[in-house]
Amino acid sequence: MTTTSERTSPAERFQAIIDADEKIEPSDWMPEGYRKTLIRQIAQHAHSEVIGMQPEGNWITRAPTLERKAILIAKVQDEAGHGLYLYSAAETLGVTRDELVELLHTGAQKYSSIFNYPTLTWADIGAIGWLVDGAAITNQVMLTRTSYGPYARAMVRICKEESFHQRQGYEIMLRLCNGTPEQKAMAQDAVNRWWWPALMMFGPHDSESTHTNQSMEWKIKRISNDDLRQQFVDMTVPQAEYLGLTLPDPELRWNPERGHYDFGEIDWDEFWQVVKGHGPMNRDRLEHKIKAWEDGEWVRDAAAAYAEKQQARRAASRTGG
Amino acid sequence: MTTRDRITSRAPQGSVPVFDGDPLFLYLVRHADDNLILAQRLSQWVSWAPELEEDIALANLALDFLGVARALYTYAGEVEGRGRTEDDLAMLRTEREFTNVLLVEQPNGDFAHTMARQLFFDAYQLGLWEALSSSADATLGGIAAKALKEARYHFRHSSTWVIRLGDGTEESHRRMQAGIDALWRFVGELFVGDDVEAAMVEAGVGVDPSTLQEAWEERVSDVVSQATLSVPDDPFQRMGGRVGFHSEHLGHLLAEMQWMQRAYPGMEW
Ligand SMILES: [Fe+2]
Ligand SMILES: [Fe+2]
Repeated sequence: MTTTSERTSPAERFQAIIDADEKIEPSDWMPEGYRKTLIRQIAQHAHSEVIGMQPEGNWITRAPTLERKAILIAKVQDEAGHGLYLYSAAETLGVTRDELVELLHTGAQKYSSIFNYPTLTWADIGAIGWLVDGAAITNQVMLTRTSYGPYARAMVRICKEESFHQRQGYEIMLRLCNGTPEQKAMAQDAVNRWWWPALMMFGPHDSESTHTNQSMEWKIKRISNDDLRQQFVDMTVPQAEYLGLTLPDPELRWNPERGHYDFGEIDWDEFWQVVKGHGPMNRDRLEHKIKAWEDGEWVRDAAAAYAEKQQARRAASRTGG
Repeated sequence: MTTRDRITSRAPQGSVPVFDGDPLFLYLVRHADDNLILAQRLSQWVSWAPELEEDIALANLALDFLGVARALYTYAGEVEGRGRTEDDLAMLRTEREFTNVLLVEQPNGDFAHTMARQLFFDAYQLGLWEALSSSADATLGGIAAKALKEARYHFRHSSTWVIRLGDGTEESHRRMQAGIDALWRFVGELFVGDDVEAAMVEAGVGVDPSTLQEAWEERVSDVVSQATLSVPDDPFQRMGGRVGFHSEHLGHLLAEMQWMQRAYPGMEW
């Protein structure tokens, strides 16, 4: 329970809510840094959902069966929905969706680097569901307990769908691994390419991470990058074993003393290259997004013009009788 | 100009159907093909829509049409009795064996083109599913009843957009009119029946497509006039989809859609 009295300052009330593990709501006072951090993080998260539609959308028209096609369309549609919830959560902090989209298009805001890798085969759709949605869930389960109410609530909804996506991805992989040698090789190739980028999704080491400390104090972030990455590895290794796939890390082994898997070092040069815009697909993703936005401008303008006309007509019929 | 005055091209000499068989099977497959090909076209919009809400709406449409296609193929496979599955029918037939109407295979074009195609087809399916809901074939009747509920939503979606775009800005009006003009030549085919339909009408299973025409005209002309648009004067109508005489677009669509099954035959996915 928070005790709020007339005499406490807004900053003290804010801190009391954080200390009591309760939620900050849009109407509560909050430090400017807290608001800025949240806008940046929620927007980046929303952008990731939307850009993520591209690599997966890339296989909708070529899905091998009608059932797989339906599942994939529904999945990509869910991601668009996640983008919408998250933009709405960001809007509670006093920005508009259009402003955030503009910041994405100019490169001022980022999206998850994972989507800067191409989907080359059908197995990539399985690997993304299993590993990328899997990594996203690890992060997002933590965020259901984040201190900002609208963000936490959006995450609760999103997490349910993400775990569905992860199961569907794993199911694609299982089918491939139980299939022909060609299919199994396709699955192994996809895991070889997606494993390290999936580990990179948790961000730099805690010692290198610029935002982590303050975010942890504000309880926006509640588990550190390295701890989340470890959770993900521990969860995923047995799943890979069950599939009979080899994770592409010779240093990966169970450490009985730590009670965790040890694993090798991420190629941080590659990580920073992709963050800086030099991943395989950075340019393509952004160009696709901007083209779709610009091609749609006349449609959005028409919808706005029509709504205005309708309003004018209604007003005229009220006054004119 | 009404569709009753239309000049319809016949499929050219020599382009007779490359298939024959149980009329119920053929009837189910042609409607399944309509729905699958349209679903494939709509799914090409995903991540390209004018706004996020519309990405979701277009994906929804694709899912609805795909769902109907799957139900119809599955039932067609049972009717045929040769063990063909929905995927066999969708992925392993050639261009000449697909019997969808030409309208649904036309490229997406801009958003106005897609909405014109959708308006024409949604208005058609409203009448079709309503009639087929009381089919003597209970399975088809069940599929139709479910599809009718979806078709009402589809028609509301497409007619709302056609009106907004027609009565929006100068540019959107021009584009919407261009979409209607470009696709008008494919609407006549929706209402021309053949021996397959005749057999199905006689059995109380199917509907004579020409009986759907008048209500279609009313629905479409109401939307078109609200949208401050008009339909073209040119009475010429293209035909041929039902006998597998397609436009050149279908082969490319199938090449993409069927690629996995062709490249990796006989595997489970
Ligand atoms: Fe998502
Ligand atoms: Fe997801």
